Amino acid sequence: MRLQPEMKRYTRRLLVTMTLYAVALIGANMWFRHAPPSGPLAYLVAILPALPIMGVFVVIGRLLVEMRDEYVRMLLVRQSLIATGFALSVSTAWGFLEGFGLVEHTQGYWTTVLWFAGFGLGGCINAFTEWRART
Amino acid sequence: MAGAYVNNHLRTLRAEHGWSQQDLAERLEVSRQSVNAIETGRYDPSLPLAFKIAELFGCAIEDIFVSPSKA
Repeated sequence: MRLQPEMKRYTRRLLVTMTLYAVALIGANMWFRHAPPSGPLAYLVAILPALPIMGVFVVIGRLLVEMRDEYVRMLLVRQSLIATGFALSVSTAWGFLEGFGLVEHTQGYWTTVLWFAGFGLGGCINAFTEWRART
Repeated sequence: MAGAYVNNHLRTLRAEHGWSQQDLAERLEVSRQSVNAIETGRYDPSLPLAFKIAELFGCAIEDIFVSPSKA
């Protein structure tokens, strides 16, 4: 199947942001392990791995803007909404469980992990509805 | 899709022209998936795409798509 130009750009941008993420994550970990920064620099270094992840959301947003096929764009919007609903629902439930002392405290970035899991779930739901439509 | 109401005559028009879904998709610059979704009534195209479809077949939008008030 021929890949649309916007999908090629999306794949390229995603590869760049994920590479930057790996570099920032390893770099920040090494920095804190071997020469822990202090003051405002510590905040800057700690937030470095988050920046490429924010970039991934921009990359997905750009794909939504650039996608010319309106039906496929609608599917991507649905997939993103499923991801958002899933991540926020689980995070909210976890927050209450944590508030009542039933589970351990978890870092906030797990919400992003949940969002990507929800994005995968949304993709599966889209694939299922497309498969059901053909049968 | 079982139970989906088909609100257009796109499949018939396409068949009359002897085009596959892929042929029509290429002419409309959309995916085959989109053509299938429109044909089976799972997706209503935007006005610009509806105009593009109508212009491709040389007819009016209402000759292809059934008005919801007349369904």
